Amino acid sequence: MRNLLRDERAWVVALLALAAFIPVLAPMLDSPATVGLATRIVIYAIAASSLNLILGHAGLVSFGHAAYFGLGGYAVGILYAHYGSGEPFLGFIPGSNSLLVTLPAAILVGGIGAAIIGALSLRTAGVQFIMITLAFAQMLYFLFVSLKAYGGDDGLAIRRVAPVLGMNLRDAATLFWLCLGLLAVWLFLMDRIARSRFGRVLAGVRQGERRMAALGVRTYFYKLVAFVIAGMGAAMAGALMVNYLRFVSPDMMAWTKSGELMIMVILGGLGTLLGPVIGAGVLVALEYTLSGITEHWQFIEGPILLLVVLFARGGLMGAVRQLAGRRAPAPEAVPAGELPPRDALPETATHG
Amino acid sequence: MALLLEQLLNGVQLGVTLFLLAAGLTLVFGIMGVINLAHGSLYMVGAYAAAVAASATGSAIVALLAGLAAAAAVGMVVEYVVLRRLYARDHLDQVLATFGLILFFNEGIVLLLGRQPLFVNVPEALRGTVRVLPGVDYPVYRVAIIAVGLLVALGLYVLIQRTRVGMLVRAGATHREMVRALGVDVRLLYTMVFGLGALLAGLAGVMTGPILSVQVGMGEQILIQTFVVVVIGGIGSVRGALFGAVLVGLVDTVLRAYVPGLLRQVMAGSEADALGAGLASMGVYLLMALVLLVKPRGLFPAHA
Repeated sequence: MRNLLRDERAWVVALLALAAFIPVLAPMLDSPATVGLATRIVIYAIAASSLNLILGHAGLVSFGHAAYFGLGGYAVGILYAHYGSGEPFLGFIPGSNSLLVTLPAAILVGGIGAAIIGALSLRTAGVQFIMITLAFAQMLYFLFVSLKAYGGDDGLAIRRVAPVLGMNLRDAATLFWLCLGLLAVWLFLMDRIARSRFGRVLAGVRQGERRMAALGVRTYFYKLVAFVIAGMGAAMAGALMVNYLRFVSPDMMAWTKSGELMIMVILGGLGTLLGPVIGAGVLVALEYTLSGITEHWQFIEGPILLLVVLFARGGLMGAVRQLAGRRAPAPEAVPAGELPPRDALPETATHG
Repeated sequence: MALLLEQLLNGVQLGVTLFLLAAGLTLVFGIMGVINLAHGSLYMVGAYAAAVAASATGSAIVALLAGLAAAAAVGMVVEYVVLRRLYARDHLDQVLATFGLILFFNEGIVLLLGRQPLFVNVPEALRGTVRVLPGVDYPVYRVAIIAVGLLVALGLYVLIQRTRVGMLVRAGATHREMVRALGVDVRLLYTMVFGLGALLAGLAGVMTGPILSVQVGMGEQILIQTFVVVVIGGIGSVRGALFGAVLVGLVDTVLRAYVPGLLRQVMAGSEADALGAGLASMGVYLLMALVLLVKPRGLFPAHA
């Protein structure tokens, strides 16, 4: 039993199972809006978890992750716009309003975008990497702002989404369950990756890239694959978000959105399976609660973020570990695939 | 021809404004190793303080002093309370903490002064135009901005290359640990450098007030362009900041002026304007990506 409680995966399964009851319980508790809020949390959890793959596992500080979130959203929006007008996109790609078409398309577009941006950005490191990923995201942002054909600044509305395998996506509970299911699949994939040889190489890159290179590992290739997988996950989340909001706008890829995704990962706990999910939940719920109290909620949220960064190292997962009084196990004692708290890792000397 | 000259001058004017911000940012980056996203907030604080002082007293001198004092004071408090704790942290923590500061400052200004943009008049003495070339008139105020920017660049050069403090700053940028080991009060040096950077950001904010409207969010707009400048110029290099700032200012202004016109020849007017504005906005980021791919450490790397 003790071992079961220690295993993060058991907590994830329990949490997802409990969450599945939200659409049943919410009407009973007379708060149907909770389902919408929970859907947002689940979608952001997928996006934050995808960022965690590069940020937490590989230590790559990408400041442009919202770009793929937005690309996924626009893939859905643009296909829908062409479905509405009847004209094929670029003259040969027919539009669609079915999620079975638009979701894979969004993931593909996100993956291609991440492959191009990652292939170029990963030639740099450190501060330059942060800035070049930000620069590419800003380029995409301004590109979509300027595309008047797809709404420009005002964005695109998506009205009639086709049912998927008999599921009506206009129904809040159905959409929530769909998103929750995809989150479960995504987290399973992330867990498999973290425990695979590939995941160990990523951890090695974070702890000491030169050592990995000295071992004969082509780190560039591993980092690029991780970058592409992360981009695909964010694009999937973006596509779901557009289905939830029935709207897509360049705001989805604004640099502040990239910042929010980073905050979710940090808030929850870098490099953990459950952390990004908790982080997404806490941040979305915090914004929802604060904006209900005051219009100037950012005035309170800003200092809260500051305090989390300054005093809660390792995020909420780290705080939970500390509260539980568990001493950080020595690095050798960590079971395969499970990451020790960041503080327990032997830090490499920081250069510069 | 006259139009091109005017656009080039506008580009230089944007460039020196960016330089004032980039100089502080690149020093803070290079010496303390801190990514400070809240640098744009100091620019905003300077602009707001000057706008409020100007409307209260009507004096441009008082407005200038108020803007500089407010930005420098807020900057030193931020350094003392927050950034000091972040020097030893990784870039990720710094980005997040200063992101929190941006939310705090933006919403704080809204609480104090509301969301309405403020408009500032050009000071009496600097109104009108001056003939820069036969047939080319250019606003005196913008000429004054360019002059102030170049004077600051000269002043920084003298300060950094010819004084003892400047020597410590240069040493700090290249061999931080060694400076500390030689018994220099690094904390004091850091606070001073940060205060100087905040002062310059405030100066940029004060001078930009009469050209653009003073509004919440003005800091982030220019902040990202400033980062582009710093990265293109080479982190920690003031010379690189000047060169990068003028380059970014010129590229941005010229693209904005000419791309929509070129596009209008091949597509409808309103769509060409929108797409042109977007492509022009992308231009500086493309420039930065290209520079980084060719010279990953920028054009004038300080740690070479």
